[in-house]
Amino acid sequence: MCLAIPGKIKSIESKFDGLVRMAKVSFGGIIKEASLEMVPQAKVDDYVLVHVGVAISIVDEEEAKKTFQYLEEMGEVEEELNISEFLPDKGEYAT
Amino acid sequence: MKFLTEYRDPELAQRYLEEIKKTVTRPWTIMEVCGGQTHSLVKNGILNMLPKEINMVHGPGCPVCVTPLNLIDKAVYLAEEKGVILCSFGDMLRVPGSQKSLLEAKANGADIRILYSPLEAVKIAEQNPDRQVVFFAVGFETTAPANALSVVHANRMGLENYSILASHVLVPPAIEALVSDEDCVVEGFLAAGHVCTIMGMQEYYPLVEKFKVPIVITGFEPVDILQGILMTVKQLEKGEAKPENQYARMVRENGNPKAMETIYEVFEVTDRMWRGMDVIPKSGYQVKGEYEAFDAKKKFAVNIPEAPENAECIAGDIMKGLKKPFECPNFGTTCKPENPLGAPMVSSEGACAAYYHFSDRISHLEAQTA
Repeated sequence: MCLAIPGKIKSIESKFDGLVRMAKVSFGGIIKEASLEMVPQAKVDDYVLVHVGVAISIVDEEEAKKTFQYLEEMGEVEEELNISEFLPDKGEYAT
Repeated sequence: MKFLTEYRDPELAQRYLEEIKKTVTRPWTIMEVCGGQTHSLVKNGILNMLPKEINMVHGPGCPVCVTPLNLIDKAVYLAEEKGVILCSFGDMLRVPGSQKSLLEAKANGADIRILYSPLEAVKIAEQNPDRQVVFFAVGFETTAPANALSVVHANRMGLENYSILASHVLVPPAIEALVSDEDCVVEGFLAAGHVCTIMGMQEYYPLVEKFKVPIVITGFEPVDILQGILMTVKQLEKGEAKPENQYARMVRENGNPKAMETIYEVFEVTDRMWRGMDVIPKSGYQVKGEYEAFDAKKKFAVNIPEAPENAECIAGDIMKGLKKPFECPNFGTTCKPENPLGAPMVSSEGACAAYYHFSDRISHLEAQTA
């Protein structure tokens, strides 16, 4: 029911004297029309999340990468924590 | 498709699974709230792959499932007796009312049309000035802006033959009702990503503060869900409880202000009956007084008596996470998607229907109880 799919804006058309902006959005090559009224700042080539014919969010492309980096970053953070918190200083080995 | 298929990568999913296995040290019960997530968890076989310590229970997050019988009866009545053009999302058509479903009414000749968007219903009203057009406006916060927008458009166009039969439910009050229940077993929540695309994270801070449960806003693809589970488990293992956002590519901290503005232009918050649960305070939207000309409930003054739910259905226990579908004696026998006894079997996003359709992918869980 809450299914929403990201697609790329191919073109934008104004209707009702500019009150309503409608876009042609490509979902992997299938073009559908979507209202841009909820995302007034959206522009051609942006990816928008479309639900029941209305774009409800613009995809944040930087944030989109984080799911692929999360595990590595988690590992790095924990490594740092491990080193600073649990490993003895070099000096301690010496004594 | 960009921003979609890459979150289905089996290798990345496997790495998340391994990390979950490394992190978990004891049993945890986690609820995914949204029916879309339930569907994805079951369909992609994730329930089979999670370590046994993680018990996923399935929340009430399917607006089709929790739409009261009475509203379906009203929609059928409007289509059959009032001769309106009744427009609806496809999911609602098969849901049985107390007498019949919209699909049966359509087969009997009622003018019922399946639409992809409420904005199409406005076009139908414009093209049929002699007919009344009613859109069955079902949904969570995700769908509310589009449904509200249809009223804004109809109002702007001066259409007097368009109205909506609103059946809107809200997620945070349902989470609050679940965790307030003394039987509640849920220790962490995956919150519904698309709901939060509209509403943001703000509503979850007071819930986390009050009930000390982690709430992780999560997407719908396998990798999203596994990352959401990992983030929840990490909090649980550390004894933390905070709102986190796994789905930041779509969800902003403050949601979508323009969408919220549109919702509050047309709707106001009201108490709402959830099928299979109960009346939950302030858990739904109704059309505001200023727009009552677009409110089908007022326009047609439909009085249909409340029909009782089937007493054998354990929907309440399923949606609170107290029981699994397999624990119901009617599951798959007298209760099937084509003849559901209650809410979680009525749409493909309901927990019972998901288990029924993909039982081969969760077969080893048959013995598992909630």
